[in-house]
Amino acid sequence: MPTATFKIWRGDSDGGKFEAYETEISEGMVVLDAVHQIQKDDANDLAVRWNCKAGKCGSCSAEVNGSPKLMCMSRLSDIDLDKPITIEPMKAFPHIRDLVTDVSWNYRVKKRIKKFKPRKPDNADGSWTMSQTDIDRVQEFRKCIECFLCQDVCHVLREHEKHDEFIGPRLFVYAAQLEMHPLDTENRLGDLKDTDGIGFCNITKCCTNVCPEGIAITDNAIIPLKERVVDEFYDPVKKLLKIFKPSDK
Amino acid sequence: MATYETFEYDVLVIGAGGAGLRAAIEASGTGATVGLVCKSLLGKAHTVMAEGGVAAALANVDDRDNWKVHFADTMRGGQYVNNWRMAELHAKEAPDRVRELEEWGALFDRTKDGRILQRNFGGHRYPRLAHVGDRTGLEMIRTLQDHGIHQGIQVYMEYTIVALLKDGERVVGAFGFDRERGRFKLFKAKAVILATGGIGRAYKITSNSWEYTGDGHSLAYDAGADLIDMEFVQFHPTGMIWPPSVRGLLVTEGVRGEGGVLRNKDGKRFMFDDIPDLYKPQTADNEEEGWRYTQGDVNARRPPELLTRDHVARCIVRENREGRGSPHGGVFLDIAWIKERLPDGEELIKRKLPSMYHQFKQLADIDITKEPMEVGPTTHYVMGGIRVDADSQMSTVPGLFAAGECAAGLHGANRLGGNSLSDLLVFGKRAGEYAAAFAKENGPGTIDESQIEEVQRWALQFFEENEQGAENPYHIQADLQDMMQELVGIVRTESELVQAVGEIEKLSERAGRSLVTGHREYNTSWHTALDLKNLMTVSEAVARAAAVRKESRGGHFRDDFSEKDETFANVNTVVNKGPDGKMEIRSETIPEMRDDLKKVIEEMV
Repeated sequence: MPTATFKIWRGDSDGGKFEAYETEISEGMVVLDAVHQIQKDDANDLAVRWNCKAGKCGSCSAEVNGSPKLMCMSRLSDIDLDKPITIEPMKAFPHIRDLVTDVSWNYRVKKRIKKFKPRKPDNADGSWTMSQTDIDRVQEFRKCIECFLCQDVCHVLREHEKHDEFIGPRLFVYAAQLEMHPLDTENRLGDLKDTDGIGFCNITKCCTNVCPEGIAITDNAIIPLKERVVDEFYDPVKKLLKIFKPSDK
Repeated sequence: MATYETFEYDVLVIGAGGAGLRAAIEASGTGATVGLVCKSLLGKAHTVMAEGGVAAALANVDDRDNWKVHFADTMRGGQYVNNWRMAELHAKEAPDRVRELEEWGALFDRTKDGRILQRNFGGHRYPRLAHVGDRTGLEMIRTLQDHGIHQGIQVYMEYTIVALLKDGERVVGAFGFDRERGRFKLFKAKAVILATGGIGRAYKITSNSWEYTGDGHSLAYDAGADLIDMEFVQFHPTGMIWPPSVRGLLVTEGVRGEGGVLRNKDGKRFMFDDIPDLYKPQTADNEEEGWRYTQGDVNARRPPELLTRDHVARCIVRENREGRGSPHGGVFLDIAWIKERLPDGEELIKRKLPSMYHQFKQLADIDITKEPMEVGPTTHYVMGGIRVDADSQMSTVPGLFAAGECAAGLHGANRLGGNSLSDLLVFGKRAGEYAAAFAKENGPGTIDESQIEEVQRWALQFFEENEQGAENPYHIQADLQDMMQELVGIVRTESELVQAVGEIEKLSERAGRSLVTGHREYNTSWHTALDLKNLMTVSEAVARAAAVRKESRGGHFRDDFSEKDETFANVNTVVNKGPDGKMEIRSETIPEMRDDLKKVIEEMV
């Protein structure tokens, strides 16, 4: 059977290094299969997160040959196996061990975003009437599997480490899904401008390019949110009107 | 002995899939303090993988549907060994539980008049599954997660519970550790809810993730609770089978609901060859009628591809045994053919089955809009589990509740697709409500320190090499999976089941000698060694229960007793831990169904 060499980052928050492992390759294998094979036979305590192995849960995010990817959806047949394949943990989050990072920041920030607040039900049985065309856009955002690869690749977080001032693409998608939800009555535009730092995004679309769900993060979520923020706070006509009608909201 | 951190809650929920989250939300809503422990990160539990939909008789697509039809369908699908009271509650309450999700932000696909759209699924008489394309589970778990984080629930991500703690007969807490640092944690609780899912990792070919190691089943068993129906394991008929690395991955029943058909290597739709008597009146006997059904003709009967999962899986096994299987030991599932009937077929497939399209394209180089998929049975679900009271979801041990896949009763011998997501919601809510009420009526218990010390000693023993020789925990798990697949799989016989029990004994002995390398921080080999104990318990329960039921019914098929037998028509197989620590097994008669429910079933046939 053919083999390939994998250089996997081993270590913890105190530091680490690449260790090379050679393992057998069989038809249809993905990177996660190779990691599991190495874990089973050569490195029993190799730390790696995974769950569904079908691109549905977003647990096995890592950087394969430098690109942020889900390991379960990365086919070895798409990778040049003549050279060693490097596998590293995501860089935008604190390291825990081997391929596992501390992504709890994403959960804390999400909790801060104002929750869904629906309008009163349309019908007596407590249900609402919505047409499919009204929810298509929001359903796109709700495909997000929270793999956090978009957060990992965003330079505002990765290089500039603005975790305290900027919520990142995943959470803009979350905010967009709430803001554009046909039933929602909450207003998050002030937070998006002030605490969530939407202004930091300079729409380089790195996030869109790595999204395993193919969500058009920049075009469909972030840019429309930016436009709404601009409309709300920087529109000169609106500003003028507000002076005469301060209780507008 | 090592130190540990202590937390105290009114209600502790173990497991954060659909059932655990729904239970936590409900308990918290009553004012109880709630801790929620998840083995993975929040929102990654196995519910996320559910594809086809959630079954509820909303009657949005076909107004003939109502709870009575759903109840009768569930009982028929379960071959009448279900807990009929659970089936009744489930059918009645599912619509409200689904509507409630919209109040919390879920967005199901819509009908033309703007209501929740419902699709056809195996064993459901009318289109009943509310869905979002083929990612309904993700929608459900995300909705519960995003609602739940604002309900004051304390979430413990990546924690594992290794034992329940008792005060006399009552469960009053749980002991475990955080995976990240490997430090021990004690949870004191007035009531504990298990919502840990299934046991699929006991098998080699499975659609289940690593978490599915029967933890709740095993924790409850060790705490003295009864398990029932463990012989009933669902092998989903359509898992991917090629390439080898994706073997077992689920292919949603929604493919067949949207018009997909099963063919053998000769191109024949073999499902027409064997339609069980119980389903003959409501199954199409020709391809044309079956097609009309999938396209919403209310006067047509369903195609045989939408018979119950147990039956479809067995037909696939039959085709292979008789030499008519596909190249890699399965059959062909063809959705591409609908293009012959629908000019926009390709677009429709991509819109209705987007994850399936991507899954095959990315992992198998197959374009399902152009060519058939190769599929075969995969271990998917366990109908058996912790015996619970239908209304309250309390187990046979006071203070211990269970909901979702780890609880048993609703599905009987075979679960209908779509009934698990509704199960999670209906009984998750009930477990939360009743556990909170139990916590209100009962004060905190006292936990004897020696129990805790014993658990710690056991958990840490794997770091020290056993004198009898060390074992690699991953290898033991793989050996168990091979053995269960081979001897306790879809087709069973007495001699193999007896052999399996013997093998489990040997594997358990080896598991006790697992050696873990490295330290306690995020050490997956340690986690695997600890999970093995649970896997051994559930594997033994399945094998022993399967040996006792000398008939074939639902998910349980015996080659040596290939027909249904009246002797077993109204019994449950009950498993519990005897005073000597050995597994005890007995058959118990199911209480007679209420007359009004009997009448519902009679009227439906």
